[in-house]
Amino acid sequence: MSVKQISVFLENKPGSLLNMTKALADSDIDMRAFSLAETSDFGIARILVDDVLDTMSVLKDAGFVSAITPVIAVAIDNTPGSLNGVLDVLSQANINVEYMYAFAGKYDNAYMVLKVPDDVKAGSILTTAGITQVEQDQLSEL
Amino acid sequence: MERYYQPEIETASREQIKAWQDERLVAQVRHVWENVPYYRKKMEEKGLTPDDIKSTDDLKKLPFLSKEDLRVAYPYGLLGEPLENCVRIQSTSGTTGKRVVAFYTQSDIDLWEDCCARAITAAGGTNKDVCQVSYGYGLFTGGPGLNGGSHKVGCLTIPTSSGNTERQIMFIMDLQATILCCTPSYAAYMGETMKEMGLTPDQIPLKAGIFGAEAWSEEMRQSIQQTLGIKAYDIYGLTELSGPGVAFECSAQSGMHINEDHFIAEVIDPVTGENLPDGQQGELVFTAITKKAFPLLRYRTRDICVLSHEKCSCGRTHVKMSKPRGRTDDMLIIRGVNVFPSQIETVLLNQGYPANYQIIVDRVNNTDTFDVQVEMTPEMFTDNMGEITARQKKLADGLRAMLGITAKVSLVAPKTIARSEGKAVRVVDKRKI
Repeated sequence: MSVKQISVFLENKPGSLLNMTKALADSDIDMRAFSLAETSDFGIARILVDDVLDTMSVLKDAGFVSAITPVIAVAIDNTPGSLNGVLDVLSQANINVEYMYAFAGKYDNAYMVLKVPDDVKAGSILTTAGITQVEQDQLSEL
Repeated sequence: MERYYQPEIETASREQIKAWQDERLVAQVRHVWENVPYYRKKMEEKGLTPDDIKSTDDLKKLPFLSKEDLRVAYPYGLLGEPLENCVRIQSTSGTTGKRVVAFYTQSDIDLWEDCCARAITAAGGTNKDVCQVSYGYGLFTGGPGLNGGSHKVGCLTIPTSSGNTERQIMFIMDLQATILCCTPSYAAYMGETMKEMGLTPDQIPLKAGIFGAEAWSEEMRQSIQQTLGIKAYDIYGLTELSGPGVAFECSAQSGMHINEDHFIAEVIDPVTGENLPDGQQGELVFTAITKKAFPLLRYRTRDICVLSHEKCSCGRTHVKMSKPRGRTDDMLIIRGVNVFPSQIETVLLNQGYPANYQIIVDRVNNTDTFDVQVEMTPEMFTDNMGEITARQKKLADGLRAMLGITAKVSLVAPKTIARSEGKAVRVVDKRKI
């Protein structure tokens, strides 16, 4: 119950992020979610798209190194405590969240993307707790 | 007034120097013939016996020795004395990480230290001086060589070795050091640090510096002289021939006198191997005529320079060599340490990287910067940032273990390393020397 995130290696210097967004724009690829992590000399861009394989080949042709990473995406109600509820379930199960980021849906709703060591295990724990997760093929609908 | 450590040698007539060289070369060739089968074989291949070498005029008949010979003969193949007569080794890194190990008898050490004592005396040193040796001690020849020379001159010697700049400066100031021996880049760094501490040249007790083991420019000399308020002298040497002191600068500060009573210098065309006359640039070749444990004949240094027999204002009669103007191979000298690109390649391949790298060397504030850039590959890439930085650190550690100096390792995007005619440019040396 996970979505396939694409992680892209970027040098931490002017223009490298632009090169990536340009390659995606030129191929009409819509990013559903985007996050950036960096050290002083390199960074990793993390994106969610509808068509993972197509995007991977566009990036490869443009000279980027990228990798597919399974992550968990959950809908978060626009009410206080929603995120806390999700994290509480994971914490109770002693699951560490390596990183997370949010993206907005089309209909005034928000989603959290979570990277955990074992997405299958975390997914089933969330499902048991009644927290549904977004599937890869649902991304375009959100 | 110019001072000499061994005036009768340093100011001897050219005829006298030639006579010493003739006699010592003949004896040395016989010594090598009898004790070094590796070189004897080389002579035999050329149809030579010791009888063919009657004077320095016959020197050019002898076969060359190269760094490759040192590698092949490692560790004992060029040893000229039984090990029980040897008292020391010194070592330097060589190509592909293979070390050069040089052996010394007590007499070899004595003559090496004499050479260093000449350099210290030429820089004005006497037994009233306090000489701080901030070259590394240990396998590296810089520290032990100048330390021994300083003892011979009778200086109060402070063996600080390299590093710990604050402590270096504390000793200079507290013990009123007058002579400093180290690499020029370290001298410059110490100078900058002292300046930042608010010390002016007239507060700094130093009066002379003996700086070598790496290339440095005339501009760098001027800058060091100004910040430290000293006269800065160049010194040349290599482990294969003993260490620092093979040649040294005098008060004229225009080239280094080669200690010709111990080393015969030639300049050759690196391609044809033919001897070149004074003033013509070529590869420097040395023949050690007094060292017994590691007696290299016609050793090709791969340093490019020019010789001059012009009369020197200091009164010394020994031939002068220019500062090395380059190398015939791809060796880099970074912070005084010999670095071959092939060594870096070895580390990369050992750690599973492709050999797609670039070395960028620059000099910032008179200190060498050393960056190794490696292209990211799909195999190496992971979404886990910590894993990537850990690999980066492992590579930096591996390079330090191989080279003895620290490199900054950067991961760059694929296919960004500059290529010319399809071949990657391995070394970018931006230093202006």
